[in-house]
Amino acid sequence: MRTWHSAPRATRTETFQLEALWQRRRLFLYRASLYLLLVLGASLMVLPFYWMVTTSFKELGEALRMPPTWFPSALRWENWVNAWSSAPFGRYFFNSFFVSIVCVIGEVLTTILAAYAFARLNFLGKEAIWWLFMVTIMIPGEMLLIPNYITLARFGWIDTYWALIIPWIVSVYWIFFLRQAFMTFPRDLWDTAQLDGCGRWRFLWKILVPNFKAAIAAVALIKFIFSWNAFLWVLIVTNSERVRTVPVGLSIFSSEAGIYYNELMAASTMAILPIVILFIFSQRWIIQGVMRTGMKF
Amino acid sequence: MNSARELVGRVARRFLLKRTGEMSLGRRLFWQDTLWAYLFLIPPIAILGVFVFYPAVRSFILSLYDWNMISPVKTFAGFENYWKLLHSPLFWKAFWNTCYYVFGSVPITATLALVLAVVLNSKIRGRTLFRAAFFFSYITPTVAAAMIFRWIFNSQYGLANYLLGVIGLPPVKWLMDPRFSMPVVIFFSIWKFVGYQMVLFLAGLQNIPQEVYEAASVDGASAWQRFWYVTFPLISPYTFFVVLTSMMFAFRVFDEVYVMFPGGRGGPLNAAMTTMVFVYNEAFEKWHMGYASAAALCLFVVIILLTAIQWRLRKRWVFYE
Repeated sequence: MRTWHSAPRATRTETFQLEALWQRRRLFLYRASLYLLLVLGASLMVLPFYWMVTTSFKELGEALRMPPTWFPSALRWENWVNAWSSAPFGRYFFNSFFVSIVCVIGEVLTTILAAYAFARLNFLGKEAIWWLFMVTIMIPGEMLLIPNYITLARFGWIDTYWALIIPWIVSVYWIFFLRQAFMTFPRDLWDTAQLDGCGRWRFLWKILVPNFKAAIAAVALIKFIFSWNAFLWVLIVTNSERVRTVPVGLSIFSSEAGIYYNELMAASTMAILPIVILFIFSQRWIIQGVMRTGMKF
Repeated sequence: MNSARELVGRVARRFLLKRTGEMSLGRRLFWQDTLWAYLFLIPPIAILGVFVFYPAVRSFILSLYDWNMISPVKTFAGFENYWKLLHSPLFWKAFWNTCYYVFGSVPITATLALVLAVVLNSKIRGRTLFRAAFFFSYITPTVAAAMIFRWIFNSQYGLANYLLGVIGLPPVKWLMDPRFSMPVVIFFSIWKFVGYQMVLFLAGLQNIPQEVYEAASVDGASAWQRFWYVTFPLISPYTFFVVLTSMMFAFRVFDEVYVMFPGGRGGPLNAAMTTMVFVYNEAFEKWHMGYASAAALCLFVVIILLTAIQWRLRKRWVFYE
């Protein structure tokens, strides 16, 4: 009896083992191919940047050579120097940093205050104003381009920093996002703080803001990138190098650079560099910020 | 700052004491709140009023006039601008190109992004690095990135033609060839936005409870079945959001086209002329402010229609637990 039973049982175990082995092998193959595809995809994503950086170091003859070289034969920093000096990039960079930083500070301040008002204060006309704000999300900025240009012209703001900053320091999207965040703060703490004589202003800066540092940092980071990359608006409202930012400067430089693609790529690398540095240091925050808010900029 | 605060407090107190001497605490708090709230809301209300609400109305009024920005006279034209627009082959060309761009880039980007998100949501080694690699293109300045593509797709010295040659295909004139100029822009857009959409999908995937997958695995569902019958339906609200908002933004494409096709700005035979480039040329090159406003409003109508679809169909297309 026992032998009769044990024989098929043994084979069954064997089959299981075989199957497990086969499954493991399949899993391995699946994983390996997945990795291969991922690596290929990621290289395709990074390839343009690689090409930009290597071209920026090549001599013109080498840059235009066919078949191209994958590594520059020598690191020619002269391209960078030439590019930097053949257009007022110093000014462009100063303008970009100045405008972006002021925009970040301005927007963070207005957003915190407005989000606080909507999240915690009970005021006359709250619903109506909230809906008015929400409506603006649906209006694409491109539609407002022409009338806004005319308004700025009337203010005398064309080709000034005002034009690059003032219309851009309010974002309903971020007010909405920060309000949602503020509303998660326990109501009891608010009541207790009020009973303890902590005014609205103190409560905001001493309790609320420190508790939502991560969310506010996300707003600031994404706003900085947004400001740094802004193009169409800057193109329209500026007409001298005095206030032009890097993207517009780069686009103007590209028409002067002509065939000097090595210098053009050096200038492009310079324009991307601040974003690279920012990304290296705050990659997790940026990705999580976008993840949590779905912000499109 | 301090003295300003005190001043506000004093004014508020005096105002409230005078008017609300016998008011209940709740009502007094309400009025104090109102005062504070409007103080906090001054900047957004002022800026939105001047730079959003006013121009929204203004843009419609402007579209009814003939005006070149310099002359003091604006001639009322009624709906003539719209009439001219609807009979302008260039406008229709631009609109058609924009649709080509939108429907060429958004579906492909979304599909790739979803696949990437599913793969990078599993526990594989180096996924942070992969995520960063896919995401980075999104935050680079469009102008600089488009510059790189202009170089790569250069018809004489570009990397793209070299790679084609390696596979044994004849070189293509990419940006100079009307057949290929829009596909290059679409390719650029896929490259630029796939990482962004991937991150949005990742956010969605993290909301799917792990137990659902475990249950499906116990029931013997294969990886593909798990994706198709579990992930896909559960992620549909995100897919819906991602696709529609991406389309809304894609309709406004400008930067990359402006950079990749300098000079004529519409590419060869206007093959890459998009609606926004059309608006830009009319308004800020030719100074036809009224005509350009009318074109911008047409684009606005399309975007509002998409928004309306988003609202209407949200309930029907989306799977809720």
